[in-house]
Amino acid sequence: MVKTMIKNENTMKNIVQSSQNVGEESIIINDQNKNTVFGTKNFNLWYGDHHALRDINLDIKENDVTAIIGPSGCGKSTYIKALNRMVELVPIVKTNGVINYRDRNIFEAQYEVEELRTKVGMVFQKPNPFPKSIYDNIAYGPRIHGIKNKKVLDEIVEKSLRGAAIWDEVKDRLNQNAYGLSGGQQQRICIARCLAIEPDVILMDEPTSALDPISTLKVEELVQELKDNYSIIIVTHNMQQAARISDKTAFFLNGEVVEFDNTDKIFSTPTDQRTEDYISGRFG
Amino acid sequence: MSVRERFQHEMESVQKDFLTLCDQSIGRLEEAFTAFINKDIEAAQKIVKRDAEINRFEEGINDRVILLLTRQQPVATDLRRLIVLLKAASDMERVGDYAVNIAKETIHIANEPFITSVELLEDMCFKATNMLRQIVGAFVEENTTKAKELAELDDQVDEMYGNMIQHLIKLSSVKPESISQIIYLSFISRYIERCADLATNIAEYLLYLKKGQRFDLNS
Repeated sequence: MVKTMIKNENTMKNIVQSSQNVGEESIIINDQNKNTVFGTKNFNLWYGDHHALRDINLDIKENDVTAIIGPSGCGKSTYIKALNRMVELVPIVKTNGVINYRDRNIFEAQYEVEELRTKVGMVFQKPNPFPKSIYDNIAYGPRIHGIKNKKVLDEIVEKSLRGAAIWDEVKDRLNQNAYGLSGGQQQRICIARCLAIEPDVILMDEPTSALDPISTLKVEELVQELKDNYSIIIVTHNMQQAARISDKTAFFLNGEVVEFDNTDKIFSTPTDQRTEDYISGRFG
Repeated sequence: MSVRERFQHEMESVQKDFLTLCDQSIGRLEEAFTAFINKDIEAAQKIVKRDAEINRFEEGINDRVILLLTRQQPVATDLRRLIVLLKAASDMERVGDYAVNIAKETIHIANEPFITSVELLEDMCFKATNMLRQIVGAFVEENTTKAKELAELDDQVDEMYGNMIQHLIKLSSVKPESISQIIYLSFISRYIERCADLATNIAEYLLYLKKGQRFDLNS
C-alpha cells in the first residue's frame, strides 16, 4: 500500500513553472498550447530506506512521445511505474509529492487504481501475452469492463490489432495461441491489448530491448503512428531510439531529473554536462 | 581501453591529422606565394605536381570521420566535432587548391617583369596566412575569443583586396598591352582573399563546435 505523505497541497499549486532547470520548479518546455497529461510536482519515492526518486518535477504533454533515459538504477522505470501506481505492488514503497493525471492527484484516497490503469496502459520490456488465443488476449480487457457482445468484441479486436500494425499478420489465425508468435509480434499483440481498453496514455518500459532490429523498427514506427491519438512515455536504454522517435527527453540520474527538454536540444546541445556525458557514452 | 576511450583516442587522432593537413596547406600557400614573388617556375611546378598529396590527405580524414560516424553514432559535442573536422578539412584542402592556382598563375607570368608593385599582395598574403595559423592555434586551444578576432582581420584583407582590384582596373587603361598579367594578378589577389575567408569559415566552425550555434563572421 502506498502511503502518500502530501503535507500541503496548496503550496504545490504555488510552484513556479518555468523552463529548463531542474530543482523545485516544474519543467515546462515552450509548448503551452498542449494539455498536460501528467503533472509531477516535488515527487519523492523510497524503497524502504532507499530514496529512489528525488523531487521529481515534470510536465508531460498530450500527444507527445516522451523518452525517459538514464543509466540503470536511476529511477526511470520506477517513475513510469509510479504513473499508473504499479509501484503500489512493492510493499516497502512510500511516496510523497503529487502526480496529477489530467489535473487529479493519482494518490488521492478516492482515486480507484482500476480507473487510472484503464486510462494509463503499460507495455513491458519482455512481451507478456496471456497464454490464450490472440483474440482472447485482445478481448481480455474489454470483457473485464463488461463488454460481452461478440460483434462489439470483434470490432475492438480488429481495431486494436490494426492500431498495433499487426492485423494483416494475424487476421487468419486469431484463435491460435499468442505464444506461437515471434517476439516482435508478441510485443505488438501486447500493444494491441493495451489499445483495446482505449487508454489515454501508453507507458512503455524498454519495449524493444528484447526485439531484433526489424521488430524494433516496426514498434518504433508504431509509436510514431500512435502518438496522433495517445500520449506515450517510453523508457529506453537506446539513445538512438530516443533520438529517433521522441519529442521530449528527460534524463534521469541517481533518482533526479537532470534535464528535460525537446529531444532535438537534448541530443544536439544539452544544457547539463552530465547529460552530455551520458548520451555521449562517457558514463552509465 | 574502454569503447569510449577508443572513440576519444580515434577522434584525437583524426584531429591530429587535420592539424597536419592545415600545416601542409598553409605551408603550400606560403611556398606558392614565395614562388610567385621570386618568379620561380621550378618551385611553382613542384607545387602543382604535389596537389594530389593534400587531396589524398583530406580524403583520408573524410573516410575516418565517416567510419566514426557510422560506428560510434555520436551525439552533441562529439557529433559537432566530427562534422566540424569534416568541413574544416574540406576548407583547408581548398587552401591547398588556391596555393596550386597561385603556382599556375606564377608559371604564366614568370617570364615577364611585374608591371606594378606587388607589395600590397605581399601584405595580403602575410595577413591571410597569419589568419590561417591563428585559427589553427585557436582550434588546438578551442579558444573562441581568438576565433572571433579573425572577423576583424578578414575585413582588413577584404579592404586590401578591394584596393588591389581598383588599382589593377586603373592599370588596365594605362597599360592595356599587359592585360593578361593584370588578369593573373587579380586572380592571385582573389585567391588570397578567399584563403582569408576560409580562415573565418573555420573560425565559425569552432564557434559552432563550442557553442552549438551558427555564427557568421564573413558578413
